[in-house]
This record gives sequence, structure tokens and C-alpha cells, in this order.
Amino acid sequence: MTAADTQAEAREAIRAPRAPSFLQRFVRNPTAVLSFALLVAFALMAIFAPLIAPGDPMRVNPVVRFTPPGAEYFFGTDNLGRDVFRIVVHGSRTTLLVGLVVTVISMGLATILGLLSGFYRAVDVILMRFVDGLMAFPGIVLATAAAGFLGPAISTVIISLTIVLISPSLRVVRGQVLVVREAQMIEAARATGVPTGRIFRRYILPAVMSPILVQASFIFSAAVLGEAALSFIGVGIGPTDISWGNALTEARNYISQAPWIVIFPGLALMLTILALNLLGDSLRDLLDPRLARRR
Amino acid sequence: MLRYLAKRFLLILPTIFVPLIMVFLLLRLAPGDPAGMMLGDQATADQLAALRAELGLDQPLPVQFLLWLKGIFTLDLGNSIFFREPVMEVIPRYAGVTILLTLVALTLAIVIGVVMGVISALNRNNPVDRGVVTSAVLGISLPEFWFALLLIFLFSVTLRWFPVSGWTPPSAGLIAFGASIFLPALALGIRQSALMTRMMRSSMLDVMDEPYITTARAQGLPERKVIGSYAMRTASIPVLTVAGLAAGYMLGGAVAIEIVFALPGLGRMLVEAVARRDYPLVEGGVLTISLVLAVLNLVIDLLYAVLDPRIRYQ
Repeated sequence: MTAADTQAEAREAIRAPRAPSFLQRFVRNPTAVLSFALLVAFALMAIFAPLIAPGDPMRVNPVVRFTPPGAEYFFGTDNLGRDVFRIVVHGSRTTLLVGLVVTVISMGLATILGLLSGFYRAVDVILMRFVDGLMAFPGIVLATAAAGFLGPAISTVIISLTIVLISPSLRVVRGQVLVVREAQMIEAARATGVPTGRIFRRYILPAVMSPILVQASFIFSAAVLGEAALSFIGVGIGPTDISWGNALTEARNYISQAPWIVIFPGLALMLTILALNLLGDSLRDLLDPRLARRR
Repeated sequence: MLRYLAKRFLLILPTIFVPLIMVFLLLRLAPGDPAGMMLGDQATADQLAALRAELGLDQPLPVQFLLWLKGIFTLDLGNSIFFREPVMEVIPRYAGVTILLTLVALTLAIVIGVVMGVISALNRNNPVDRGVVTSAVLGISLPEFWFALLLIFLFSVTLRWFPVSGWTPPSAGLIAFGASIFLPALALGIRQSALMTRMMRSSMLDVMDEPYITTARAQGLPERKVIGSYAMRTASIPVLTVAGLAAGYMLGGAVAIEIVFALPGLGRMLVEAVARRDYPLVEGGVLTISLVLAVLNLVIDLLYAVLDPRIRYQ
């Protein structure tokens, strides 16, 4: 045994037990794992929809209309004889696509605007009044009006939900920036002449990442619900596209005859929202122990 | 107190104007000619020009904005294209239903939230608490229009306890009114009641650890009084703070709920106006919802000051 080996061993022995990494703690949290697994399952369902439920989900077959759930049609058929299982599987594509795109765009914009707002007083005053105004106002109403002017389409849903969902995220990012900018490391960086752009990238952005991650799962859940609600009231995606919200629009007229047309798309919607909310909750617990204790 | 109110009032102005400005800009900046969309393919050039002049669409954007502002302050929102009568006469016919629905749903949500939150906090970590916490997580994830459909299926179609849909005004008798509004209000309030349950629970747990609760108990006050008049009062404040946001959320959720239950409210009117491209009515609907929200928030601020005397003197 060499001296270097002994030294290394001694160092190992006196080192404090290492705190478990984020990934280790994530894996040990059953809620986090379960909700994440559920989301992965939904994502796989969306990606492989044509393999899981082959055939055109809009294909009409009046002979088998209102067939209850069974071996041939797992979730039964609707008023036009369409396979509800196929609709649910294919509908996940629209729902998750809209959710993902809205989350990425609105979180991206909210991060940029939040960084600027937290750092520059003048930007802050204007942006925050704007956010105050949008925060309280019902997003669905605004999105309904927007959809009316822009016409029903997936792009319309994405634009209006993004407008609506930027505000709460912007507020979260800004709040975090306001805390971080007072930190001594920022002061030190400024004193030593680190350029502002570098301060943003090196110091502030990493510090606001955790709240952004937590917020993203809640925004995703709000976007999924928003798309479903807009499509349900008929101002969302076009009538020929399939989504869970769209499926429920017609289904509600047949609830007494064929409750399964209503139950399954709604259940899929609720499970997705539930998984996203649980993921957000557990991410918050894992990333911010202070908040976790309060709950 | 007056200064407090004045300050709150100023803070509420953006709530009224930002959504309106968004709608103003969306309408004018969206591709296509609004006048053409409103009148359809059959319109003649003269009709188009007349409507454009009536709506001020032939003016430059800043002038349009001033005209539009003037219209709002004088409560002259123009004529509904579909109803062919002033927007200010159409709106009141629908607003009452939505306001009543929101108020009943908000009350239900607060009552359910406070009661469940207190029960949960007093049973900390035992099966009752865990049951409440789990249902709250489920409740937060419930799409309200889907929950509404399930309620109709269970209580109206299967059990026949409530009418399937339709509206009975309070003037037609309180029992009939209650029967027609209970399911819609429950569906509309369920998510917010779940949020409030969580909030009330955590706030109650915080308050129960405060020294003044220990003092009250040490002085031998009955537990019912300690919880009822000491702990609950303070613990309710955070719940009330979110009531304003909840009201806003409910006014939005009301759109889908009114459609499911066929209630003649603002939300349904708005969706129909959007479908008919009746833009003056859409603007009027958005303005009314902003105003209702502003008034509700002012009332909640007042209640807030009543519950917590410190706020009055800030």
C-alpha cells in the first residue's frame, strides 16, 4: 500500500456523509416516481398511438353505436359507432402537444421577462401592472375571446393559453430574481466587474431554475385543462381534430344512454392533470425544503 | 380605512383595463376585416363601410383607442350586431345568472374548504387527515365541466334529485332556485374548495402552534372556543386572500358550466357572441366580467380588513 493510497483512504474516512443527490431523493419519493411514470405512460401512448389503437379514430360505424365497454371495444363506442378507446388514445396527442408547446413557450418568455423585470426597475413597474391585470382575470374568458377573433385551430389555442399562462410564471421568476439579486455573490461579481449578461447566465439563472421547474409542471397541467375546456366549449381546436375536450362536447348529449363516452376521455384528462399536479407538488418538496415543511 | 380603500381601488384598475386592452388589440390586430366577418359574405360594400364607421374601424389605431375609452367611460359600448340593441341593455339580462352562480359557488367553496381544512388539521396525520388530503389532491385535478357531467349523471339522470339543466330565478321560489343552482355551483366550486382545504389545513396547523393558542388553553378556555374563535379566525385569512383569485377563476369556469347546465349566463352569452362574431357584445361581456371581479375583490379586501384589524392601519 503506497502513501498516496493511505492518504486517499483517510480523506474518504473523514469526509462528511454526502447529501443524497436530487436524483436519489427523487427516486426515493413514491409520489414523484408514480406521477412521473404515469406521465411517461401517457407520453408513450401519444407517441405510439397508431400502434396501440390502429385505425382512423374518426371512422364512423353506425351498426355498433352505443356498444358498452367490452372485449371488442374496451371503452365502448359513441353515438356514431366510433371506438372510444381509439379516441382516447389518439386524443392524447393533441392534449399533450398543446400542453408541451404552451409550457415551453410561456415558461421561456416568463423566464426572460422575469429576469428583466426582477433586475430593471422601469421594466418591472410596467410589466407588473400588466401582470396584475391579467392574473385576476379568468384566462378562459380571454382565451375564448381570442379564439373567437383568431378562429378555432390548434395554433389559436396555443397562442391564447400562452398569453394567459405567462403571468403567473412571470411573477414566480421575478420574485425569485428579486431575492437572488440581493445575494452577496451578485454584489461581489459586480464589484469585480463581471458583465451583466454573464451575471444573468452564471449566477441568476441557475438560482431561479428550481422554481421554474416546479412552475412548469403546474403550467403544463393548467394548459392541458385549458385546452380541454376551450375545446369542450367549442372555441378550441377545430371540430375535425380529436382531443379529450372535443370528445366530451358531443358525449354530453348522450350521458344517460352511454355514460362511458363521457367517463373515459374525462378520466384520461383527470389522470394527466393529477399526475402533473403531483409531480409539481413533489418537485417543490424536493427542491424547496422550506415550502415542503409548511404544507 | 378610507385611505386603505382608495389604495385598493387604484390597485384594481389594471384588473379592469388590461383584459379590455388585450381584447381591443386582439380584435384590431387579428388578420381579416372585423366588419366583413361580422356581416358575412352577403354584405354589400355600403353596409361594410357603414359598420366600419359605426365601430370606428376606419380611424387610425390611436383614435380608435380614444373613442373606445370614451365608450367605456360613458358606458356606451355600441350595439350588439345580433340582437340589434345596445350592448348595455343585453348584458344585464345575462349578468345576474353568472353573478349568482359565482357567489353561491364561492360560498360553497369557502365553507367546504374551511370545514374540511379544520377537520383535517385537528386530525393531523391520522386516517381522517390523510383521507381529506387525498381527496383535496383529486379535487384540484378535477376538470369542472367533466365533474359537472358526472354530477348530472349521478344526481339528475340516475337518482333524479335535481333537474338535468335549466335555470330557475330566485323569484320563482327559493327551493326551486336552490335545486337549479346547487349542482352547477358545486361543480364550479369543487376545485377551489380543494385548494382552500389545503390552504386552511396548513394555515390551521401553523396557527395551532402559536403561543396565544397555548395561552388560551392554559387559561382553561374550552377547546371549542379556542378553535372556533381564536384559531379559525386567524387561520381563515389566507383562505380569504385567495378568494379573489378563486372568484376570477370561477367566472372563467362558469363559461363551461353554464353550457353544461344550459344556464342563460354571461359565459354562454360570450361563447355565442364569439361564434356569431358579435364583437361589441364580446367586449361588453369582457368588461362586465372585469367589473364584477373588481367589485368582488373590493368586497373581499373589506372582509379581510374586518378579520385582521392590523390591515386597517397599514
